[in-house]
Amino acid sequence: MGGFGSLWSGRLEALLASGRRAGADLVEVFLERTDHLGVLTEQDRVTSVSPAFGLGAGVRVFLGSRDGFVSTNDLSDQGLQSALEQALGMLGLQVASLSRAGGSDGFDGLPALRDHASSKVSWLAACPGLAEASSKLLEGTARLERHGRHLQVRRGSYSRDWQEVLVAASDGTFARDIRLHQSLGLNVLAADGDHRASLGRRYGTSDSPDDLRRWDADASALEICDSAATMLYADYVEAGQMPAVLANRFGGVIFHEACGHLLETTQVERGTTPFADKVGEPIAHEAVTAIDEGLSPGAFGSLSMDDEGMEPQRTVLIENGVLRRFLSDRAGEQRTGHARTGSGRRQSHGFAAASRMRNTYIAAGPHTPEQLIASVDRGLYCKSMGGGSVGPTGQFNFAVDEAFLIENGQLTRPVKGATLIGEAKEVMPRISMCANDLELAAGFCGSVSGSIFVTVGQPHIKVDSITVGGR
Amino acid sequence: MGTSQLNAEGLRQSLEHLAQRHGIDQWDLGASCSDDTSVQVDRGEAKQMKAAQRSAITVRAWNTDGLVGITSTSDLSAEGLERALLGASEASAFGNPDDAPAFSPLATAALQPLEQPLHEPVNILQLLDTLKDAERELLGRHAAIGTVPYNGLAQRRSQRLYLNSAGAARQQAMTTASLYLYARAEQSGRKPRSAGAVRLAYGAGDLDIAGCIDEAAERTISHLDYAPITTGRYTCVFSPEAFLDLIGAFSSLFNARAVLDGVSLSTRESLGQQLASPCLNLHDNGLHPGNIGASSFDGEGTPTRRLTLLEGGVLRQFLHSEATARAFGVAPTGHAGMGAKVSVGPDYFEVGPAGSSAASGGAAGLDHSRHQGPLVLIDSLSALHAGVKASQGSFSLPFDGWLMDNGQRVSIEAATVAGDIRSVLNNLIGFEGAAKVTPDGVCPHVWVEGLSITGEA
Repeated sequence: MGGFGSLWSGRLEALLASGRRAGADLVEVFLERTDHLGVLTEQDRVTSVSPAFGLGAGVRVFLGSRDGFVSTNDLSDQGLQSALEQALGMLGLQVASLSRAGGSDGFDGLPALRDHASSKVSWLAACPGLAEASSKLLEGTARLERHGRHLQVRRGSYSRDWQEVLVAASDGTFARDIRLHQSLGLNVLAADGDHRASLGRRYGTSDSPDDLRRWDADASALEICDSAATMLYADYVEAGQMPAVLANRFGGVIFHEACGHLLETTQVERGTTPFADKVGEPIAHEAVTAIDEGLSPGAFGSLSMDDEGMEPQRTVLIENGVLRRFLSDRAGEQRTGHARTGSGRRQSHGFAAASRMRNTYIAAGPHTPEQLIASVDRGLYCKSMGGGSVGPTGQFNFAVDEAFLIENGQLTRPVKGATLIGEAKEVMPRISMCANDLELAAGFCGSVSGSIFVTVGQPHIKVDSITVGGR
Repeated sequence: MGTSQLNAEGLRQSLEHLAQRHGIDQWDLGASCSDDTSVQVDRGEAKQMKAAQRSAITVRAWNTDGLVGITSTSDLSAEGLERALLGASEASAFGNPDDAPAFSPLATAALQPLEQPLHEPVNILQLLDTLKDAERELLGRHAAIGTVPYNGLAQRRSQRLYLNSAGAARQQAMTTASLYLYARAEQSGRKPRSAGAVRLAYGAGDLDIAGCIDEAAERTISHLDYAPITTGRYTCVFSPEAFLDLIGAFSSLFNARAVLDGVSLSTRESLGQQLASPCLNLHDNGLHPGNIGASSFDGEGTPTRRLTLLEGGVLRQFLHSEATARAFGVAPTGHAGMGAKVSVGPDYFEVGPAGSSAASGGAAGLDHSRHQGPLVLIDSLSALHAGVKASQGSFSLPFDGWLMDNGQRVSIEAATVAGDIRSVLNNLIGFEGAAKVTPDGVCPHVWVEGLSITGEA
């Protein structure tokens, strides 16, 4: 397969002009090539290797506040023209007949390519190959064996996702990028009699072919084995309302799910965010400043450009508790009036871009983590969070993979089976303390435009009261 | 919709030619293509109109040591096919000698016929009008229903095939359509509430749109009058959908792949053991007529069939792929995916009483609307991906439901239900009402004793 580049400009200009002549306000074409490698190791064997590659296009046509979107794997002229015509047809438009063709109807052709990819063309070849990736992963599962006790299952997984994208639109957008994401996961199932604990960690970076080579398998294995040993004999948590201290790094998933999604313009459009008319008003405790950006070097959610060809920004969402901005994409800007923030993202050509988070975190505060714990008489310390979700009424839930009771300002025994539930509107004002140890963690976010790479993060934070589900 | 189509004979000839050229004696291929159209609306306006033409192939190649490699692609060109075959051949060097898949011995066995009428696609603008009407109707059902934030009407025409170098050739074409309506209601000074409904059919014209509107409206309105629940242990009645979700989340109990991998709560020795209350029967039956979009064969070409999992609470069989069946010394059951390590999964559960007598079918005459004392009716479970620890058996899940007390029904404000799946199966008291056909299976209401409910009261 040849790469995308300025050689495509003639074909794309013809397509965009055709859409504009048909009466579309704006036509956008998103081209994509992908190359994926997945490796799974179990115990001390490579048990699955799954390479995949693909290509496709997404054609989106806007007319007023409406849009039509068509995706296809057929990148021939005929395939793209057919996709365009189908998208136009959704809006009641038709490609003009040849006799009417001629004028560009406001489309002056594409400018020179903004090429974010030129320095990245060697990335794919520079990544570890199958043999090297398998060997490194087997090192991880071997380290688990060395450090763990009662481990019934040891698993390692590696995923390398390479993507080349080209975005062209009739507003003059013409940009190319290459993205590289690598992630590594280690998982264990510890079992001793009736006691069982399953734990895992995932590490992810972007834009660095050497990251797998630099991975410290021993440190990762040690961390997981320590957690498994702690949780294997833990009792189930007692349910109730209580204060909670959430650890840094992946603890940030609570802000991502509980609040971050509600600050996307897709939620404003749907009428499912309680914050739609709250810009400039306090929505969180004054201790909370929250940021979403696509700029942190190497972070999983960083981008050179979003999937609509716009360069990402650093967006302050909440400043000292006051709502400042929403995350917006092209359609969001058109339908809600919130200016684009370089947040138009999609899993692949099969999805229209939507406003989505990138690297999202609560900023560091003035306290130490110990001060947060010391301020709690009886509560829960959530050291490691599992997954979570937010419903259409803003109610969220998170599984806690590793937790400890806080009694009289001290961490005491480990507990399992906890779920945190609540509503963003009620919980955000209860985040009363932020520590000084902000760290980020890689994750995946599934939403309206598919599953995308993101970073969550926070320092240790204290929530004054939250509902803990358990037994 | 477009006209994506797979040319089975063309693919076979191309692969045979390529395999011969590259010295690959054994290969198989799974392929699929689809044309989809879908619409979403927002308060009377088109929100999103989408169409997609998708195609994908997965090629497996065996090397001379009998190890298998795999590569997938959406590039169905001649170059794409060759690259996929060579990629699979390269990956075969990393195949697992302890667990190498082979061709299913049933890949050429007769298939059970499925009644799946093919429908012509409806114009997308007609889909849009239909959905706008449905949204308007739902919004008009109650003053508190202000939006239907999650909605969609979609149709699909798809084709899939399986070929292998030993001559197996499976093909299936189908059309399906789906409608979902998820309404949001809010009353002054009260929290927003939401609920919804889903319908599936073989064509957009066959969808039960009125039933979907009725169900979405009834469920949403029923949650308007809510109150917090006191944390404690309750007898719970699972709706058919909720119980099927829970069983599905713990299907590794019945999954031979998970057993072999050590991540199931079951072991080889569990076969023949009492896993659940004697009143419970559980089958997996992908051929059930309620299973819209059923596959007649699995990823390895094995025919789909009905399988007894629990009989009177006793574990009878596991779900199998070719490789796991070989390891257990049984026949494949038609539950395989396609891979270098082949996944195994259920198709469509049938849950019900073990017999019609009181002794075999659990407690008789269960009726939550006439029950004396508190009872939690669990309508739907959420966040199963986060709140289920399948390999530990535990779960802690948010749910929508009602507190029933002497015939009075009050929606529960926000709560979680927690427990252990083994306890749920063993503390199952019985069944209420007729089995309901849902998109995920067939099941009546299911009564379970002593589950932990955490509320905010």
